[in-house]
Amino acid sequence: MTVSTILKTALRALRRNITRSLLTVLGIVIGIAAVIAMMEIGKGSSSSISKTISSMGANNLMIMPGTASSGGVSFGAGSSLTMTAEDAEAIKRDCPAVGRVAPVVRARTQVVFEERNWVPSFIYGSTPEYLQVREWGNLVEGEMFTDVDVRTSARLCVVGQTIVKQLFGGMSPVGKEIRIQSVAFKVIGVLSSKGANAFGMDQDDVILAPWTTIKYRVTGSSGSGAAAGGNAAASSTTNSVYPGASAIFPVPAANKEPTPVRFANIDQIQASATSPAQIKEAIKQITEVLRERHRLRPGEPDDFSIRDMTESANALASTTNMMTNLLLAVALISLIVGGVGIMNIMLVSVTERTREIGLRMAVGARARDILTQFLTEATILCLIGGIVGLLLGRGSAMLVEKFLRWPVEASMEAVIASIATSAVVGIVFGFYPAWKASRLDPIEALRYE
Amino acid sequence: MASPLIQLNGIERTFHMGEIDVHVLKGITLTINQGELVALVGSSGSGKTTLMNILGCLDRPSKGEYRLDGEEISRLSNDGRALVRNRKMGFVFQNFNLLPRTSALEQVIMPLSYTASGMSDRQARERGKELLRKVGLGERMDHTPSQLSGGQQQRVAIARALVNRPPVLFADEPTGNLDSKTTQEVLKMFQDLNRDEGITIILVTHDPVVAATAKRNIRLKDGLLESDFIVESPSLPQEAHA
Repeated sequence: MTVSTILKTALRALRRNITRSLLTVLGIVIGIAAVIAMMEIGKGSSSSISKTISSMGANNLMIMPGTASSGGVSFGAGSSLTMTAEDAEAIKRDCPAVGRVAPVVRARTQVVFEERNWVPSFIYGSTPEYLQVREWGNLVEGEMFTDVDVRTSARLCVVGQTIVKQLFGGMSPVGKEIRIQSVAFKVIGVLSSKGANAFGMDQDDVILAPWTTIKYRVTGSSGSGAAAGGNAAASSTTNSVYPGASAIFPVPAANKEPTPVRFANIDQIQASATSPAQIKEAIKQITEVLRERHRLRPGEPDDFSIRDMTESANALASTTNMMTNLLLAVALISLIVGGVGIMNIMLVSVTERTREIGLRMAVGARARDILTQFLTEATILCLIGGIVGLLLGRGSAMLVEKFLRWPVEASMEAVIASIATSAVVGIVFGFYPAWKASRLDPIEALRYE
Repeated sequence: MASPLIQLNGIERTFHMGEIDVHVLKGITLTINQGELVALVGSSGSGKTTLMNILGCLDRPSKGEYRLDGEEISRLSNDGRALVRNRKMGFVFQNFNLLPRTSALEQVIMPLSYTASGMSDRQARERGKELLRKVGLGERMDHTPSQLSGGQQQRVAIARALVNRPPVLFADEPTGNLDSKTTQEVLKMFQDLNRDEGITIILVTHDPVVAATAKRNIRLKDGLLESDFIVESPSLPQEAHA
């Protein structure tokens, strides 16, 4: 028999009992539709969870200067002064796994607006790219400072929502002037609200300004702040929190070897990997670049440390995995139920069509022709069920998206997998009835009442 | 006389019913030539249906030889016998055995789908239409069995049996479910096919009136040949029921 005759014969047989065929298919339709809808909704929520987690910094990397020590006394993480803004640029240039990079200079000091004052949790000096690193989205008002402002140490800043509330009493701060440690800054933008971070710190309690401005005008009273000068005042954070403490900080690098003159040290570099999966690779590339730039010989310890948000990345991975496994289990159960339905009906059909089978054998059908025919019927039923289920599933996912506003994401894998599984279900569950049909004795089959 | 088409030599058939062996055919030897119109008669239990099944390649003899067209076919595999049935035999049954809810034309060309003839779909349909016209159903090609009378259904079955131009046609009580008028029509059709196309026809019947329309009568009794004689002047179906 040719393929087209097989298909035609099978379709004709299915059409002869159209109601039953449709009802049989229903099991598969519902199964596949459920799988597709669940997959799309699941994938949608999992990618929205993933987006949320990465906005919390799942693919963020924090590069801190290493530990300085003097005479066996360690000064803790970040106390070394070897990291510069050029390092940040080099990382951006030479590490393909790194998406965005921003140098950060921190300060903690009092901010004054008219007669109000406030000490923000974060006063960050950085570049405009900082917003992209942190996936901060658009400003709700005004605009971000530019790279030019960074180069010219412009006294501009953008402020977070908490600052707006605390310092400006809710009114628009754009265009107003605030003073950070007696340096006047013009507010040019307001950040969108980001809420608390994973550790419960208010991320909206922030002022962002060009890092050069913070470095030279706010924290670095020594102006150029070059490490070579032996002036340790540049360790800005500690410096501002404990004014006057700077004297206890020696210049660590100077103890080791002649330190190359650096333009200006920064407190940290924040970077983001191109994707959470790229974090490991990004760390490796950054390490290579920084070791090269800091002229560290093999065997010498790093003078910096890189931290990632492994915890949140793991949480993301386990959430996604659990979701997928759950869906897989549901899919499997519904397909088995559908398959049993197909098998049941095919068995009924074989019994009911015993005479037909006998006749076909009498006019020359071989056992394998009969087997093929019934197997084809079962497979066609399942495939039709698969396709209808697919459309139904997509449709209901779209409805869910439209009316419940759940995130939904179409998945090609789900489409392919559901079509393939429905075909497999057809073959697996159609085989026994088809085999039974092909084993009939033509004489008895013809006489069957 | 034409060449022998069917040669049976010492055909036996034994069924095993649990502990007991039932000898249904106890050694049948006979020859049927091309172009004969034979009636296989006998009372019920005489073994005529079993012999018919063996002749029709639906069953295998327990013992003995069966040559069809000079070819020994009693030892063929299931698939081999399916091929013989498809190419060399046509079947007409008492209960018509038409497929439900299937048009007359589809019924007729159904056996062609098991034939590796390379006949195109269009050629197959042409052949089916030609045969339906021949059996007088040219106007009812799209009718399903439920829209046809018993006689018409049996004519569809005859057209189906002829679709592969088989040299031999087996009819198992073809008129058993028909009234006398349609019985005449069907028997007339067999006589015409036998005379005009030279198709060998083997009828199984218990009805002496039907048997009288055949050229040769083979009578079985208790699994053995009881008599085998040529009917001098086969009656025409009309006369048989006059």
